[in-house]
Amino acid sequence: MKAKLEQIKEQALKQIKEADVLEKLNEVRVGILGKKGELTNVLKSMKDVAPEDRPKVGQMVNEVRAEIESILENAIKKMEREKREAAMKAEVIDVTLPANKNRVGHRHPNTIAMEEVERIFVGMGYEVVEGPEVETDYYNFEALNIPADHPAKDEQDTFYINGDILLRTQTSGVQVHEMEKGKLPIRMIAPGRVFRSDEVDATHSPSFHQIEGLVIDKKITFADLKGTLAEFSKELFGEDTKVKFRPHHFNFTEPSAEMDVSCFKCGGKGCRFCKGSGWIEILGCGMVHPNVLRMSNIDPEEYSGFAFGIGLERIALLKYEIDDMRLLYENDIRFLKQF
Amino acid sequence: MNTSLSWIKAYVPDLNCTDQEYVDAMTLSGTKVETFERLDKNLKDIYVGQIMSIEAHPDATKLIVCQVNLGDKQLQIVTGASNVKVGDKVPVVIDGGKVAGGHDGGPLPEDGIVIKNGKLRGVDSFGMMCSIEELGSSREMYPEAPEEGIYIFPEDTEVGADAIEVLGLRDSVYEYEITSNRVDCYSVLGVAREAAATFGLPFNAPVVTVKENNEKVEDYISVEVKDTDLCSRYCARVCKNIKIGPSPKWMQRRLASSGIRPINNLVDITNYVMEEYGQPMHAFDLSTIEGNKIIVKRAKDGETFQTLDGQERTLDSEMLMICDANKEIGIAGIMGGENSKITDDVKTVLFEAATFNGANIRKSAKRLGLRTDASGIFEKGLDPVNAEAAINRACQLIEELGCGEVVSGMVDVKLPIKPLRRIPFSAARINQLLGTDISEAEMLEIFGRLELTLENGEVVVPSFRQDLEGIADLAEEVARFHGYDKIPMTLPSGEATTGKLPFKLRIEQKARDIAEFCGFSQGYSYSFESPKVFDKLMLPADAPERTAIVISNPLGEDFSIMRTIPLNGMLTSLATNYNRRNKDVRLYELGNIYLPKALPLTELPDERMQMTFGFYGDGDFFTMKGVIEEFFESVGMNKKPEYDPNSGRVYLHPGRQADIVYDGVKVGYMGEVHPDVADNYDIPTRVYIAVLDMPNVLPFATFDRKYEGVAKYPAVTRDISMVVPKTILVGQIEKMIAQRGGKILESYELFDVYEGSQIKEGFKSVAYSITFRAKDRTLEDNDVTAAMKKILNGLESMGIELRQ
Repeated sequence: MKAKLEQIKEQALKQIKEADVLEKLNEVRVGILGKKGELTNVLKSMKDVAPEDRPKVGQMVNEVRAEIESILENAIKKMEREKREAAMKAEVIDVTLPANKNRVGHRHPNTIAMEEVERIFVGMGYEVVEGPEVETDYYNFEALNIPADHPAKDEQDTFYINGDILLRTQTSGVQVHEMEKGKLPIRMIAPGRVFRSDEVDATHSPSFHQIEGLVIDKKITFADLKGTLAEFSKELFGEDTKVKFRPHHFNFTEPSAEMDVSCFKCGGKGCRFCKGSGWIEILGCGMVHPNVLRMSNIDPEEYSGFAFGIGLERIALLKYEIDDMRLLYENDIRFLKQF
Repeated sequence: MNTSLSWIKAYVPDLNCTDQEYVDAMTLSGTKVETFERLDKNLKDIYVGQIMSIEAHPDATKLIVCQVNLGDKQLQIVTGASNVKVGDKVPVVIDGGKVAGGHDGGPLPEDGIVIKNGKLRGVDSFGMMCSIEELGSSREMYPEAPEEGIYIFPEDTEVGADAIEVLGLRDSVYEYEITSNRVDCYSVLGVAREAAATFGLPFNAPVVTVKENNEKVEDYISVEVKDTDLCSRYCARVCKNIKIGPSPKWMQRRLASSGIRPINNLVDITNYVMEEYGQPMHAFDLSTIEGNKIIVKRAKDGETFQTLDGQERTLDSEMLMICDANKEIGIAGIMGGENSKITDDVKTVLFEAATFNGANIRKSAKRLGLRTDASGIFEKGLDPVNAEAAINRACQLIEELGCGEVVSGMVDVKLPIKPLRRIPFSAARINQLLGTDISEAEMLEIFGRLELTLENGEVVVPSFRQDLEGIADLAEEVARFHGYDKIPMTLPSGEATTGKLPFKLRIEQKARDIAEFCGFSQGYSYSFESPKVFDKLMLPADAPERTAIVISNPLGEDFSIMRTIPLNGMLTSLATNYNRRNKDVRLYELGNIYLPKALPLTELPDERMQMTFGFYGDGDFFTMKGVIEEFFESVGMNKKPEYDPNSGRVYLHPGRQADIVYDGVKVGYMGEVHPDVADNYDIPTRVYIAVLDMPNVLPFATFDRKYEGVAKYPAVTRDISMVVPKTILVGQIEKMIAQRGGKILESYELFDVYEGSQIKEGFKSVAYSITFRAKDRTLEDNDVTAAMKKILNGLESMGIELRQ
């Protein structure tokens, strides 16, 4: 019996060793370990073994079986690995062949700049609001402390539909709509399209975009205006950006200012980009004029606020170094693809 | 507004700073200096020399050889100029020195021209005698300079002196951007007052005393203002025994630095006072004024009038005229008349300094197409107090410069001058607005510099500061001179607010994302366009799109109506790309159309945001459908949109267009652009567009999502194949499957459409794979069979044959 088992084992090991394809190893499994396999047959012949010897023989059979199984398993694993390695070797590709890209479209630089500004102010607790592009004289001028005879209302600057209805020349009118809602405090920005009667050239367009900002609360100060816009500028143009406020005049703010940022090309040393001054004019701003507050039924003794207006195209042109405003409205795909 | 540094220094004598310091300080205190130019930028080593002898050049008939005395040395200089003679004093640039330009007066080189010793036709020349053009100026500004040749100094000029200094060119000219509220700063005195305040230096305004004769002005002239609404003050003075001649050099230099050409003493004085005081004046020849009377009144419609430039002007009844007893003699504030203008023979002059209604002057000048220096200042609205000061200053100069004799008194017709404005002062309030802690003493010191005084707790505002109205204005004055840069930077305190992007804008952002994922790039086009657009889009005469808002003062017909349909912008952009040979272009735009409720417009129009897609090249109708459905799914619109081919849009291909219907609501349209329309835009290829009307999409859009579970039980799929009359749309088949499939219907998918020879005429073969699944159990065969039977019955009732 023992000899028989030894012989089966010898035979199995020989077959495993000689096997050159997986199928042959499977044959070994079936031929020796399978239901009708030789080892199984030995077990089947146990009835011929003396009852007292049966446990010993059974143990011997199981030992041989375990040994063959283990060797067979290793042989199979080895062969499978070799097969996969060979397959992969045959699958080598030229990784420098061109990419197969999904053709994703591009956002307009105006929108990129606008979303950037929105992101910054939303993060500072501002709500984004919108107002009508075709607007009444009242909201575009009168309620902003721009009296009837003011030169800004001249036809040479403003597109009129009729005496009372016009294309808004600034997003500032949205301030008034927001204040009229009577809900205080206000922290809002209003991005939108505005219109001025300018002929199309490299630096002018009869239609462009502004972002208006307005904060109304108790105890809002000019210092708050400075701090807020300094934060905004750092966020938009980089941590090292410095700001400079110069006195200016707008009818709807007092005190008023224009804000320059340190040139983000040369860092303030002076270059062609900032015309040697080291500064670039970015926006107009100021404390909301008491007349404007009063017209919207807000008591200037109790509340104060600041407002600012940013030219979106100006930001886009500066940030992306676009040298001609007309490119923004041509929609040439070779231009748009660069953003 | 331009001033020279020397003119400012005339009133701020202690001013001592570099150009850059001046520019920076003035800009930071609110008088923005746009640019400045040093007049001696490219002038170096130029001295006054006297010609001692002139000899002919041995080898050139057009050249002469001069010996020139420069005080400490004598130089031989060869010149081609023919206007010099022995004894003349001339500007001489010596070896290594620099001049600004060539003798022809052409454009000045950036860095000037260096002069070196040299030989002219073999004769040594140690420097150069200069013309006014070589010194960077012109005869316009130096009228005494010869038309051609070397500039010659007056005989009393010191030999060897710095010629640049003698010519008044050791100076800078600043160009300011004055804000519209600071009318007072459109004058040298106004800017000088700001400069003095900025640098904390004394401000010395001119002391005006007029030496008058013993005649009375009332014996010469009377004034009547009929239209006081347009003329709140009219001052008149008379000067006699006028002697016309050149004005003094200092006055000429100052005028020239402000860009005004010196002419003669009388003209120069009026111009000088206009610059100095910011008050335009007019001088009439009194002998031309009939009836010794000035009448200020409106013109009559359609009258004509010849202005002193010789032009015939047509007037209207809103234009204010200066008249004598019988005729018009000037358009108020804009230009005098040919009939009363000053000539060199003038004996007696009537000066006018008036305060006109600014808006009226602006509008009149515009209607006349005649914007003059004077009207440009009047239109800002002037201080009536300034009129009197200016006319007295002019009379003082007439007398002091020996130009004439001043008749005693002034005819002054005016509305009552408003009392000075008083603003209650509170340092605490100003600090509260600014967020500062500036002492009251500093505030009062700043006010002092600006001639604001404190009386009984109120700040008294001088008449020339019409812009100061309330405490906020005072706060700005404090801030300007305390320094905007010294105000701290803080963030608003108080109640926290939540930053928000409203739903509409969030959906638009999503729309942009999806469009871009689908390969579309964003375009922007104008809101206004040409009415010809409607013809290009082949819209019939009665199309509602033709009801568009018209701009009353457009930039031209091409920008004259507000768009009612977004396609023109898109097709124009695609055409631009096609024309530039860009391949496979996909664009989208988010922009408003403007639909009037009624015309003429009495209320604001309906502004409707349109999401417009357009492409040519790679892709077809169904590519566009894919984009639309991707967007719908991304904003939670999970129902199946329907496509109605009967959309009847003339600008689209009649067989390839559809209205996009979502849940029974028309939310947009799409299709292939009609080839005729594509031709109109010069796009000789197939173009596809889709437009979503965002106000109609928004009610269906949502960012809410609910997890519906992942199926646990197996699905059963049945395929059906049918022969369908061509008139039946696949959409109708799908509608039937959806209706009849019952609760267990999970999905259906078209996997084949075939039209061809194997199918009988007028029919097409269509095959669907229909999937059923129950959420709570494994489906039995008979569940599915029952559902399929309902579907098949429904399809048969439509005239569809099933293929087994």
